Amino acid sequence: MKAVIDVKRFDPENNSKEYFQKYELDVDESSTILDALIKIREDLDGTLALRCSCRASICGSCGMRVNGSAKLVCKTRLVDISPEGEKVQVEPLGNMPVIKDLVVDMNPFWNKVKQVRPFMMPENTEPEGEYIASNESMTHLVDVMNCIMCGACVSDCTALEVDESFIGPAALAKAYRFVADPRDDKSKDRLKYLNKNSGVWDCTRCYACVEVCPKGVAPMERIMKMRDLAIEEGFKNTSGYRHTKSFVNSVGRLGRLDEAKLALTSVGFFNIFGLIDLAFVGLKALVRGKLPPILPHKAESSENIKKIVNKIEKKKV
Amino acid sequence: MSKHDLLIIGAGLAGLRAAVEGVRQGLSVAVITKVHPVRSHSNAAQGGINAALTDRGDDWKDHAFSTIKGSDYLADQDAVEIMCKEAGDALIELEHMGVIFSRDDEGKLGTRAFGGQKKARTFFVGAITGSAMLHVLYEQSVKYNLSIYEEWFVTKLVKIDGKCVGVIAIDMKTGKVESISAKSVVIATGGAGRVFEPSTNAIICTGDGLSLALRAGAELMDTEMIQYHPTTLAGNGILLSEAARGEGAYLINSENERFMEKYAPDYMELASRDVVSRSEQIEIDEGRGIDGCVLLDMRHLGKNFIEERLGYLQEVATEFMGIDLSEKPIPIKPGMHYIMGGIKTDFNGATSVPGLYAAGECANVSVHGANRLGANSLLDTVVFGRRSAVNSVEWVKSNEFIEIPDEILISEKNRFQSLFDKPSSGIRPGKIRLEMAEAMTKGIGVWRDEKSINNAWEKVKDIRSDYDNIYLDDKGKIYNTDLIGALELDFMIDVAESICAGAKARKESRGAHFRTDLKERDDKNWLKHTLVEKNDDGFIVKTSDVKITDWEPEERVY
Repeated sequence: MKAVIDVKRFDPENNSKEYFQKYELDVDESSTILDALIKIREDLDGTLALRCSCRASICGSCGMRVNGSAKLVCKTRLVDISPEGEKVQVEPLGNMPVIKDLVVDMNPFWNKVKQVRPFMMPENTEPEGEYIASNESMTHLVDVMNCIMCGACVSDCTALEVDESFIGPAALAKAYRFVADPRDDKSKDRLKYLNKNSGVWDCTRCYACVEVCPKGVAPMERIMKMRDLAIEEGFKNTSGYRHTKSFVNSVGRLGRLDEAKLALTSVGFFNIFGLIDLAFVGLKALVRGKLPPILPHKAESSENIKKIVNKIEKKKV
Repeated sequence: MSKHDLLIIGAGLAGLRAAVEGVRQGLSVAVITKVHPVRSHSNAAQGGINAALTDRGDDWKDHAFSTIKGSDYLADQDAVEIMCKEAGDALIELEHMGVIFSRDDEGKLGTRAFGGQKKARTFFVGAITGSAMLHVLYEQSVKYNLSIYEEWFVTKLVKIDGKCVGVIAIDMKTGKVESISAKSVVIATGGAGRVFEPSTNAIICTGDGLSLALRAGAELMDTEMIQYHPTTLAGNGILLSEAARGEGAYLINSENERFMEKYAPDYMELASRDVVSRSEQIEIDEGRGIDGCVLLDMRHLGKNFIEERLGYLQEVATEFMGIDLSEKPIPIKPGMHYIMGGIKTDFNGATSVPGLYAAGECANVSVHGANRLGANSLLDTVVFGRRSAVNSVEWVKSNEFIEIPDEILISEKNRFQSLFDKPSSGIRPGKIRLEMAEAMTKGIGVWRDEKSINNAWEKVKDIRSDYDNIYLDDKGKIYNTDLIGALELDFMIDVAESICAGAKARKESRGAHFRTDLKERDDKNWLKHTLVEKNDDGFIVKTSDVKITDWEPEERVY
């Protein structure tokens, strides 16, 4: 079958700007996008740079953006993405600097992984044999170990797009793997660290990482789990925690969101600098006519909503 | 020029395990690798790692015997003993480092059955054991703050006064060529699957280390021993783990027969890999295959079981073949998978070149002989990776750094420049790589004979002369994969010729080396290793004796 691949090119040595180059080639029905890219590199254009290795979705080398979203190109078949031979656009991963063509600089990625101290920190004395732990307490961690560090989640993370310092979905999923491992003795220290700025509370819950992860790791769910664990450990002095708490209170009390109060409580009543910042935001909103009502209205069916909230809260206990 | 006591080429399991040990032993250690460590091909090992744990009532001797029988008595038995004795400690260490092995009802590590062994002693993480281990060893490298030359490609081992004293390498991100001085060098570059097509191996498995060693004057041993794995996907050659059969999958032919009954009535689907691959090939050759394949049937295992214990297999089957393993058998065939042969080392990882060590798939200790048992390769990497570092300590302490003269660096740079300067009328390297690899699969396959081996070798020699006329599109410095591909091809041609030389020399059938013109094992003349060297006259083959300890060769029946 015929394939049309539009590749985003960049060659730092020729001082070029990024541009798209279209390749047309014949491929087998079963071809993946990686097969096509290799064919381009071998037969049509040896200057095309890309990383690839295992061809079987286990090494994590070939993360790229296909038609705008991050994928492992070795497990993306052309026939699925372009059944009628439509043009397929291939770009390097997002949120990372490009070295050349489809090759990105993953150093920032790895530095964040290193930031979460990604190694087992057991108690001082290791057992003579293996640690005894139930299969149930361990097997769910295998889902996280499925992570092959391909960078797809980081590429499409909307929080990272606006905040480079965010630890990000891959490194946080890695952190969860240790937080939840019964053999690791530093869960509390880890949570304390991850509870800070740039940690678990910076995720915007947009689900992009869950959607693009080619290995079902669901990083966002791990991040949410760590939020719960951090609260359980008593780490509550964060805007994230206050935001959550205020959100529930507001809905429980009014049946709707009291946005003004939510903003104030999230920042914290004693956080002078935060409040000053917020005042500017408030002023801007006022000028544009978007300031939420200072005195909130109750929702019509607020009593019913209150019942639902109470029921859920009870269930949690 | 940078200097390190111990420089390890390759960051797969053997390389990283060696590196961690080197740091623990107090050496200054660096790892140089053409891909980021977690991209290494150790990832692809799926099924598990063997160990005979005494507290499970298991005995290392039983493991050793299975390994030796599996090797068709070509393994050196003293080396096998070491590997099997050290297996328990190696496994527990991995668990302590953080590998999330599957557990039994008591919360201890659980096992599954694997080929060529009666006792279930394969410890595993779903069907991603290699990947899980590799990521944990990478974690350890972060813990020990290991220095890593990441995406550097080694082009030459430097030998001065008969000793290996460092390497010349290209920093792929900048194109800079540098010399790196080291008192000892461990080659841990993995396999050479790209010399064949198709292969289960990754695109990076180009046998660089085998050629580097050969050019530095080291010997390669039993290069003819190429493992064809019984369950690989047709076309792209992707692996489906032996774990499937370990967990109870059947092999069936077009007549819906479990044909292994005819070939290995006792072990059935769990006979050793060479035996199963040959049996499949007979079925296919005699017309009981389906489009050149037989079927792997897992339907009776049930969807939940498959997804929990063999999840990665289900992923591969679904994504690449559109098959749900719980609903349909999947077509598979024997495919090139592993090279038992490699750089000859003693059981401390030392090669015949002073200061040069090797471990993992690129090395031949020899623990796998003529056929490797499944789940012994992961074990091999950690046991002999560690030993190679331990045993380089003494060498490091008693030797000084030797400066690498600029002439060597300049001559390497000139070699690369000459590739850039070739006329554009030339051949693309990828094209001749494919021609060579297809010829190798044809000539050195599940079956081989004098003629097929000669044909393959002739083709490789043709490719060697074609190589003079290759042409590179990319003349740049930054991330030039065109250049790296050409240098890899140069290595692969050496490896291919060594394989042909070993295959031609061994005048018998043993393990994976099955010659249709010499069908019997010949212990009288060929209970021997083949040793390949490269000199100005070409490839020279010698032989050496196999070390036998407690297990005299017997007829091999499964």
